[in-house]
Parts: sequence; C-alpha cells; structure tokens
Amino acid sequence: MFNYGYFSFASKDELLSKAAEYWNPGKVKFWQDAGTPMVIDRREGYRLHDMSGKTLIDLHLNGGTYNFGHRHPELVEVLKSGLDYFDMGNHWFPSVARAAFAEKLVKTAPHMKYAIFGAGGAEAVELAIKTARYATKRKKIVSIIKGYHGHSGLSVATGDERFSKIFLADRPEEFIQVPFNDPDALERVLKNGDVAAFIIETIPATYGFPMPEEGYLKACQDLCHKYGAKFISDEVQTGLMRTGVMWGWQGYGLKPDIFVCGKGLGGGIYPISACMVTEECGQWQVEDGAAHISTAGGSELGCLVGHHVIEMLQRPETVSNIDFVARFFAQSMAEMMARHSDIFCGVRQRGVVLGLEFDHPEGAVAVSRALYENGVWAIFSSLDKRVLQFKPGVLKDVDLCQEIIDRFDTAMPRARQLLSEMGRTW
Amino acid sequence: MDMARLNVPDRDLSSARMKVVRAAWAAKYYRSFDRDAVLRIAGAVVKAGHDKAGHFAEAAVRETGYGVVAHKTLKNQLCTFELLNHYRDLDLVSPRVDADRKIIELPSPAGVVFALAPVTNPVATVYYKAMLAILSRNAIVLSPHPLAKTCSAEAARHLAAAAEAAGAPSGLIQCVEEPSVPLVEEIMASDKVNVIMATGGTAMVRAAYSSGNPALGVGPGNAVAYVDPSAAVDAAARCLVDSKSFDNSILCTNESICLTQQQNRGNMERALRTAGAHICSADETDRLRDYLWQDGAFNAEAIGKSAVWIAKQAGIRANDAAKILVPVVEHPGQDDLLFREKLCPVLTLTAATDFDQAVTFAAQAAKRGAGHSAAFHGTDQRRLIAYSSAVPVNRVVVNAPCSQGAAGFATHLPPAFMIGTGFAGRSSVGENVGPQHLVHWTRIAFGRDVPADLSALDIEALARKPASAPVPVMAATTASAAEPDLNRDALRAMILEELRSLKGASE
Repeated sequence: MFNYGYFSFASKDELLSKAAEYWNPGKVKFWQDAGTPMVIDRREGYRLHDMSGKTLIDLHLNGGTYNFGHRHPELVEVLKSGLDYFDMGNHWFPSVARAAFAEKLVKTAPHMKYAIFGAGGAEAVELAIKTARYATKRKKIVSIIKGYHGHSGLSVATGDERFSKIFLADRPEEFIQVPFNDPDALERVLKNGDVAAFIIETIPATYGFPMPEEGYLKACQDLCHKYGAKFISDEVQTGLMRTGVMWGWQGYGLKPDIFVCGKGLGGGIYPISACMVTEECGQWQVEDGAAHISTAGGSELGCLVGHHVIEMLQRPETVSNIDFVARFFAQSMAEMMARHSDIFCGVRQRGVVLGLEFDHPEGAVAVSRALYENGVWAIFSSLDKRVLQFKPGVLKDVDLCQEIIDRFDTAMPRARQLLSEMGRTW
Repeated sequence: MDMARLNVPDRDLSSARMKVVRAAWAAKYYRSFDRDAVLRIAGAVVKAGHDKAGHFAEAAVRETGYGVVAHKTLKNQLCTFELLNHYRDLDLVSPRVDADRKIIELPSPAGVVFALAPVTNPVATVYYKAMLAILSRNAIVLSPHPLAKTCSAEAARHLAAAAEAAGAPSGLIQCVEEPSVPLVEEIMASDKVNVIMATGGTAMVRAAYSSGNPALGVGPGNAVAYVDPSAAVDAAARCLVDSKSFDNSILCTNESICLTQQQNRGNMERALRTAGAHICSADETDRLRDYLWQDGAFNAEAIGKSAVWIAKQAGIRANDAAKILVPVVEHPGQDDLLFREKLCPVLTLTAATDFDQAVTFAAQAAKRGAGHSAAFHGTDQRRLIAYSSAVPVNRVVVNAPCSQGAAGFATHLPPAFMIGTGFAGRSSVGENVGPQHLVHWTRIAFGRDVPADLSALDIEALARKPASAPVPVMAATTASAAEPDLNRDALRAMILEELRSLKGASE
C-alpha cells in the first residue's frame, strides 16, 4: 500500500494504470516499452527510489535540475525558511528577493545588465527571442538542426519538427535551421540582413552533446555581430558550473548578447529561470517594463533558492569537487571504452556534461535499459539515440562516482546482449 | 545587531562537509602515489613549514595569548625537517614481502583524517598532523580551536600550497576556517571521515571516541619528575626550569610536580633557585593556589602565561628574572590542588620520606595524567626501573627536560604533538603518534604448507595497475584550471592506441 495521506495507491501497477488513464498514456507506455518503467517515489541525494523499491543513482538529473542532488538539505532549509516569510510575490512590484537575485546573477556575467525572470527554460527562451526581436526590429530566428530550446510558442519553433508539427507550431518562414558546426551555413542565412538572432545551446544536449568544433561558437557570435543579429546562448543544460565554469559560454571565450538559464537554477525544488540581457538588448525594460508579464516568473521563493544555488556553486569546495568529478569520469570512461570497445565507441565531455556514444542507431536506448537494471538512471538523447546523456551532479563524492563506474562496467554485458537482440546494423 | 529576517543555513558547516568530500577525492588519488612522490611532497612541505615557523609562532602567540614565540618557533621547526628525518626510512608506501613467512603486506592508508588542533599548540599541531597525513598517504581536514583559527588556517593553507606545488592532489591538506563545537561533533561523526586525530580538552577527546568513527585521542598529562639522591641536582634543576618555562609550560608533557626525598629537599630548593626558579614561601604557596584554582577549577587566564605575570596576578613578589614559580607542599598527599596539571610555569615541589613513599605518591599523582609522561633524574637504574614500573605512564624521560623529552626533542622518542596515553589514559594508542598509526596493511598469507616462492617477486610491478592513466593533479579554483576540457582528439588517440595494442595482442 502506498499511502501518502492525501491519496493512496494499492500498488505500482495501480498507479501506472491511473497515470495512463488520467494523465498521459503515451508517456506511461513509452517507458514500459523501453524497459525502464520508473515511478520515482522517495529521493535524496543522487539516489532515486522507484515505487518497486528499486534504487537508482541519478545521472539524468533532468538535465541538471538536480545538479546538487535531490532535496539538498541546505536548499530545502532555504526554501522552508523562505516560506516563513515570502510567497510567490507580486510580479508587478519590485521585491527584495528579485533584486538581490538579479544582482547576484548579473555579477556572474558582468557584461550583462539585467536579469529577466521566468518560471521555466522555455519562458526564458521566449524572453530571449522577444528581446532580440525588440533590439533588432527583425523577426527571423536561426537555430541549429536538432536543436532544442523548449516547448512554448516561440521556443518550440526553433526546435525539431517532431515537437512543433504535431501542434501546427512550426513557422518555417520565421524560424530557420542550419547544420551544427557549420558557420558558413549560418552566414548564408545571416547575409540577408533580416535575422534577429541565432540561438544555440553551448553544447546541444538533446542532440547528445556533440562538441562544438574549435572556434565554431566564436565564429557564430562574430557572424551575428557582423550582420546585425544577436547571439543567444542557451545555458539551460550547460550553465551552473556544469562545464567547469559558471556559464558554458565563458569557457569558449564568448560574450553572448543574451543568454538563458533554467533547470538547476531552482535547485530542483522551486521552478525559476532567467534570461540575461545586455543593456542594449534590455532597453524594452526601460521603454515598457510591463511589456512581458509572468505571474510565476521570478517568484520570490524561486529567487531566494536561486540566490543560494549560485552561492553554493561559487564555493571553492564545489568548484574543486566538479573538477574531481570531471576528471574521474574522463579517466574512468576512457578505461570503460577500452574494456567495452565493441559497443562503446566515443565519449563527448566537457566538465560534468558527458555524452557516451554507442555503436548502434539506438545504442543508448539499450544501454539506458541495461544501466537501469543495474541501478543507474541515465537517459538517451531524444534526437540522437546513439548517445547516452551521462550527467553527474556537481556534488557527487568519490564513493558514489566509483559505484557508478562499477555498475556501468557490470551493465555492459547486458547492454551487449540487448544490442544483439535488437540486431546490429553492420 | 540587526537580526536577519530569514533563517540562513550554517555556511561553515556546509563548507566543512564539502571539505571532507574534497579530501576523499584527494585521498583516492594520493593513496596511489609512490614513495618518491610522497617524499618529494613531504620535503616541499617541511621546507615551506620551516621557512615560516617563526612567522606562524608569532601569529599563534598574538592570536591566543599563550606561550613564547621563540619556543613556539622551535616546536614548529621540530615538525619539519626533524620529523621528516625521523620517519624518512619508515616506508609506509611500498608493499612488504616476508618470503620466509610467506606473507605479503600491502599498505592501506586510512583515507580522510579529521584532526583537531588545540589552542595550546595550534600551528605545531597543524604542521605535525599534516606531515603525518602526507607520510601515510592520507588527506587531512584540520579543525583548529576557535581561539586559534586564523593562524591555524593560514598555516594549513601555506602547507597545502607547498604540497600542491610539489604535485599533491588539490584538497590534500585543508582546514576548517570557522570551527564550532556542533560543527566538530557533526564532522567527527561523518561516515566520510575514516579516522579522527583528537588533541585537546578531555571533553573533545571523549567526544571523538564517542563519535562512532575510529579515533586516536590522547588524554591530559600530569608529569611527576622524581629527583633521586643519585642525581646531579644542579643539572636536574636546570632541566626542570628549562622544561617548565618552555613555551610557558603549555605542553601537556611539562613537569607538574618535582618530587624528591626529604634528605635532598634543601639542596633541591637551592639548585632550583640557582637555575632561575622563584621558591615560594608558605604564604606565597597559598596565594598561588588560591589564584590558580578558583571555585575548584583551574584559572584559564594563567594558561601559557609567564612566571612573572602569574606572580604579579597572585600577589607574589618575584624577581623579574624568575623563569618558573615553585610552590612548596611539605608532604606529598593526594588532595592538594597544586598536585594537579598546570599548563603554566608553576612546578610544585614536594619531598617524600623515602624512595618507597616517593613511588607511591608519584603513582597516585600520575593517575590524574594516566598514560602520559613522567621524568626521572638520577643514575640509580634499579630505582629508575622500579619508578617506571609503578607509575602508570607510557614514557619516562631520564635526565632530560620532560616537556621536550617526551615529545621527542632531547630524546630519541618520535617527535610528536600527540602523546599516546594508552589504555591507562583511555586512549587507543600508547606511544608517540606517528604516520604508521594512519596506515593499515592488507596481509596476503599463504598456507603454511603451500609452496610459494616469494623471494623473486617484483611486487612493485605487480601492484601497478595495468592501464592506469596518469593521476590527475589539479588546481581547482582558477577558471582555466577548473575547465576540464579533456581534449577529445587526444582521448580518442589514446583509445585507438589502446585498441591497436589489444588487437596486436590477439592477432
């Protein structure tokens, strides 16, 4: 019996049938078919407890939402303390939490002027696109093929048509896509002089973290400026120290005109996102501050949590830990690849952002399942199923990291078996 | 003060928890360092420590108000080259093979050491414990006494920088910046701490033993120095005065009581006076007792202060050159407060009717500092052994100052600022603590009757991991170094190389 006081379920099976009936049959079925029918019950640190009692180490982290792990005690303490004083707040008025958090964020990126808040990553992307259009008085937005920036009206139009066509939300006349790692393709589009912005994830997550080639991002930024367009960095998955620096673009020597962050900004306990803009881009806030309104955006509780998230990330101990985790997985994955070279063929890594390549079109689906069976939860990349997203959190300790690698090693024979059942393609 | 409107999590505690996590990473890498690397790091650290021994001695006296700069400098120095030289040939890194007994031993360092440093010897303890960790291939998180936190943290940072510059993993030596009792209690109980080195007040040492983690804790001392009629009394008196005035007697190894025989007492008083002691009259003895113990507790303001300063406070007219104060208790007994431990240059003189009474008294008095130290002055070896057997201590310093002698200056005992008080002193360790206490050994034992030829074993080669990548050495805080951009091409090249060699082997 799963009695939660407010509701109860007799079993995991009952929950799954109710979820399919009232919530989302497609998603329920998908995970059952994939062999990873997880229903997260309790969670703490970097461990998830499925309703079945199975425990999993979380390497999905919802794209960095659980950068600090689940329910980090310090963040929970901050939020609880905030609830004794604040609520979401009234978005019309200035507030202490919003002002303090905005200042804290701007100080992490001194060439930025304002922090504009949303409740989720898509809203922040929405803000970024609107801001770029305001600043350039142009409409067209360029993104990369297989890019991903969210599911709201403007953000979904930048992404893969899988997510837009079904809702008739694709807008090919305004939203143009170019291949990744191809600055020439971008220039051909920019040349027309009607592009407001180029938006790109610093390392495209949903595409499986393919690494930008040397100089590619800088070339894109320079091209944007050459043709009067804005360069927008989507830092939802690469921000918050996940690449070893606070913002991924800092590691590539960029100075984006606008960048967005979300996910882990709320510590996994209170949703908040931000769109950071330069003074020039943010002029609409001077002209008409209420041009964009969001009741849940920049909630004071979210600001309080986000403020503490940034502070925790800036601690020397955290910075050092990230370095240890990153180097541990660099070394361990090289060893794993040597041991399992028949199926495991590549590692993409920057900091604690890793994409593991498997030698099969759906290799990462099989590996995800094999890992799941061995107590590790890592998700494949939606738009490149050869690649497993492998995302350790910034506070993982040495024992847990070693446990992950030990489980990974144990899971490889099972992955090999699943792959042979799926049929090799060569 | 303007009270915060919100409750803020204890930043110092979080930071301390993270230091332990970081230490565990450092320990993981450091435990595979070879002996040369360990000695190179140790060498760099002792040099750095020696260079600033005086600076930190001054800082410690300034911050705590205890002790004497020159003497603290010496103590700090003792923990540098002298300590390293003492342990240089103690190999805690290489596997050992005993071919005759068919046993192979592999060293297994503790991992993360959590070490308390007392207010009395803050920097010397930081130096000493950091060196023990380095020599035993452990990472250490130091937690200084709150009244010595600044100089301790500064000293730890100084040593850490030297260690890292010599190739140690980042985070090998760390120090809690804002220690508090709740913080120490929580960290001591952390399952990420592998061993605690506890020096400090009895309460803290007991807390370490109660934490649930393995602990090396040491108890207080109350050293009795027995001066036998066979002693060269002037030399003995000089030892006593030197020892008791050393660092204003802040070491727990300092003599608390000078015990002699009645026949020798006058001679002893004269010799002590000649050596620079102020011998108290009966009235002065009473004043001193009343000053040092108020409401039954030792007066903390006297700790580590000079004899002249204490004399003034107690209302005793002593010469400005007086190095120590000697209250005289005519007859040895158990109840006089002056027979208790005194971390200040006050040495209680008493005289027994004969050797047997002296031994009985010494054994009783030493119970207050059980397992710790005692001293013997004289040449009668039969009495020396009788005295040492009867007094419940783990070291007896002979014809030398006990302060320095028990801690490894002036004797051949290991240099130490953790004087194991053994079972008698409720401690798990009975000798001067060294790096060997922070390493256990995995013992590979062959059957007695099973043939095993270990004489030609190249254990070093076998112990090496087959495909181990170079151990990363990292500087964490700078932006460029904190950007672990593992060159993908290099990695791929490495893998390909690896694969080629594998293929080559199978073809």
